[in-house]
Amino acid sequence: MEVKFGHGTKHSGNCNKFVLRRYLSIYLKGLLGAFLFSLLPVVCQAKNLSVGKGFMYRTIREALEQSDTGDSVIVNSGFYSEGALVIDKRIFLRGIGLPVLDGESKIAVITVHASGTHISGFKIQNSGFSDIREIAGIRLDEAHACVIENNYFYNNYFAVYLANSSYCRIQNNRIEGFARTETSSGNGIHLWKGEYNTILNNHISGHRDGIYFEFVKESSIIGNLSEKNLRYGLHFMFSDDDVYKYNVFRENGSGVAVMYTRNVLMENNRFEDNWGSASFGLLLKDISNSIIRNNLFSKNTTGLYIEGSNNTIVRHNEFRRNGWAVRILGDCYEDTLTENNFMANTFDVATNATRNMNYIHRNYWDQYTGYDLDKDKTGDIPFHPVSFYSKLTEESPHTLMMLHSFFVDLLNQTERVVPTITPEAFKDVAPQMKPFIYD
Amino acid sequence: MVLAYTLLLFLLCSGLFYLGSDYSSTLVSLLHVILLIVPLICIMFGTIHFYNSREFIEMLLAQPVDRNSIYFGEYLGLAGSLVMALFIGLGIPILLWQPTEAALYLLVVGLMLTFIFSALAFLTSVRSVDKAKGIGSALLLWFYFAVLFDGVVLLILHYYSDYPLEELVLVLTSLNPIDIGRVLILLKLDTSALMGYTGALYQKFFGTGFGQVFSMSVLLIWIVIPLFRARKIFSKKDL
Amino acid sequence: MIKIENLNKSFGKLDVLKNINLNFDAAEVICLIGPNGSGKTTLIKCLLGLVLPDSGKVFVKGESVLGTWAYRKDFGYMPQIGRFPEQMKIQQVFQMMKDLRGGTGMIDEELVDSFSLGGMMEKRMGYLSGGTRQKVSAALAYLFNPEILILDEPTAGLDPISSERLKSKVLKEKQHGKLTLITSHNMTEVEELADKVIFIVDGSIQLNKTVDEIKKDTNESRLGKALAIMMEGQSIV
Repeated sequence: MEVKFGHGTKHSGNCNKFVLRRYLSIYLKGLLGAFLFSLLPVVCQAKNLSVGKGFMYRTIREALEQSDTGDSVIVNSGFYSEGALVIDKRIFLRGIGLPVLDGESKIAVITVHASGTHISGFKIQNSGFSDIREIAGIRLDEAHACVIENNYFYNNYFAVYLANSSYCRIQNNRIEGFARTETSSGNGIHLWKGEYNTILNNHISGHRDGIYFEFVKESSIIGNLSEKNLRYGLHFMFSDDDVYKYNVFRENGSGVAVMYTRNVLMENNRFEDNWGSASFGLLLKDISNSIIRNNLFSKNTTGLYIEGSNNTIVRHNEFRRNGWAVRILGDCYEDTLTENNFMANTFDVATNATRNMNYIHRNYWDQYTGYDLDKDKTGDIPFHPVSFYSKLTEESPHTLMMLHSFFVDLLNQTERVVPTITPEAFKDVAPQMKPFIYD
Repeated sequence: MVLAYTLLLFLLCSGLFYLGSDYSSTLVSLLHVILLIVPLICIMFGTIHFYNSREFIEMLLAQPVDRNSIYFGEYLGLAGSLVMALFIGLGIPILLWQPTEAALYLLVVGLMLTFIFSALAFLTSVRSVDKAKGIGSALLLWFYFAVLFDGVVLLILHYYSDYPLEELVLVLTSLNPIDIGRVLILLKLDTSALMGYTGALYQKFFGTGFGQVFSMSVLLIWIVIPLFRARKIFSKKDL
Repeated sequence: MIKIENLNKSFGKLDVLKNINLNFDAAEVICLIGPNGSGKTTLIKCLLGLVLPDSGKVFVKGESVLGTWAYRKDFGYMPQIGRFPEQMKIQQVFQMMKDLRGGTGMIDEELVDSFSLGGMMEKRMGYLSGGTRQKVSAALAYLFNPEILILDEPTAGLDPISSERLKSKVLKEKQHGKLTLITSHNMTEVEELADKVIFIVDGSIQLNKTVDEIKKDTNESRLGKALAIMMEGQSIV
């Protein structure tokens, strides 16, 4: 059965409508800001400066020097290696036929200080590498309402780096890195401080973190594919009131990590194939008042890892073929796990908790073996998603090799009838008889 | 009897495929069937068959034929028909529904277990003249391999969980053909879980060509040792 | 034709055969008699290689045969209880034996005819009565026209007519120079068939004489009676 992802509003009846409305307004404000800035050149009298063989300017540097605020610098196809370019007035820098900007592995290719700058259509490659400075293909320094779109970033240290910039839009870029070790590599899209930014439809691979947010508020990450990054597909901290949807995070070293943040909405994302000893689909650490819904967690070592979080709703997600579908630590409270599908996971829920301070209610568990005599589509006996064996493997990891042994099943069944070491309170009193169908 | 076994496998297998919601959880149920039922049927059927054909074997041995040929003929006849049953009962549904790598591994493991437990059946049969005693020990042997052994291993692993146990685990699994078969399929099925934590180590070992050859060789040894041990006894046995 | 030298066999603590020495020639019918558990069947099985003796030697046609198997082509064996896989048809059993023997020698189907097995060839062994199975065993023993026949209580389960037919077959084959070894508890049968009688008690041979000698020694015309007298003599001694 395939899960179709769509706007989850259909099921949002119980969700916090206020939160949702606010997210929508954030998103629109961001778009509007960028749009208004982009209208400016039409209003003013602007000129076009063409760069390339047989054009007025041989180098981009020359054209940039001759340009005024609001002008367009149009770069024709070719190979440009002109050292570090700095944009300090608002211009449109547009590539035609994918001109190559090369950093010779030494320098920061483009640094932008001017708000409203628009960069599109370049292949930006081989930025410098530094242990001290965060050198990038394109770096925005306190430049707001900029647009970076349709570029191909190839083999950069950091690809796109936004420092203290707001109302920017990064979209339709292909970002390809060749990170080998975490210490010697940078992030695909890196945002440090800012608000109302939009990261849309990018494809990022081979960096340290695909997308990195730190102190970025009221921003949205939509429709990106972040895969095969060394550490996290998406990594964000201290970034409240953000929205993440329709993204795919796949085969990243450690999955996606969301930390120290309030009011996050994550919906319609796919977390897939994140394998490894410290790997998970999505890690929540110190998250509060957030909503995780309509996501698919498939084939991760741990699907969803929740630590120190509270008042977070996990609803309408599908957990399929994960090693551990959900691992919820004892310091979580008042989180809600409801109306999710748990299918073909090796372990459904693991915990180190002895008490349960969260709500686990009305999920579908394919390992549920109870019955439904009153035909209300809800199982008549509770389901304990933390199995005896899952507890055992927590304590002695090597016993994992006895998985699917008849003896293990015997233990699990016995434990379900007479719970001894599994937390009795960890139960779904209304397990569903049939999986939910989301659309 | 063999027909009933074929039918049982076929019904179980198709039933699981038909009812199963997710392919990999269906295979897990199927794995349980194979690890429990195949050894049980093989060792019980083999033992009963051997005792029931005592007089016939005696008759055959009175003919101008080598004892070894009779012995291996009997073994191949038994294991062969059980393998046929497995291939029809299990192979056909698998081919029809999901001919994936994991499913094929399941079939191969079933095949090896059939040969192993047929050989063990012969060993228990030739060791004891008394039919009731022979069938009893066959049942015990099955219980030991299918249930008891794993319990003891779990206990050991739990008790010594503070020590590095990788090699011990490898040795322990090698001591039980059902466990080797289980681990082989496990690595194809529960990759997600096994890629994490300790599992990755074993994944590395069993996932490589060397590990596969190793486990297949151990399974082969599990066929050869009981088979030839039983042959030795049989060649000196008074009928 | 068969020579047995110093044959010993024990099962655990029980000595089943104690220092047996025997000599059988062609064109003889020899009856082995003795109480149950005296070692008759074990002796037969030693000849066939089904039981491996602890010590001693068995020669067939002058060759020592212990541990070999090719010599059994000269043997036809009818066991006490003949059991075959239940799903097999009679015809399949015959065919299998032919394949097993592989020889191109003469096939003797006289007993198949005289027992009227021909019409039952498609029946499965599992559905046959005990007597019919005996008939199949007997027919198989003679099928390959062997020089030596070993029949373990051949008439025990047979009806009178079939018994007679089997007995006349035994005598007929004797005329063809064959050696037949029979174990039996039926004295009339022994009298009818035997040239020599061997009496075994507790694994030792108590008596090995021709029927004529026995009668002469005891002045009895009926073998049964004569043997009874001799046994009494034995027990007194």
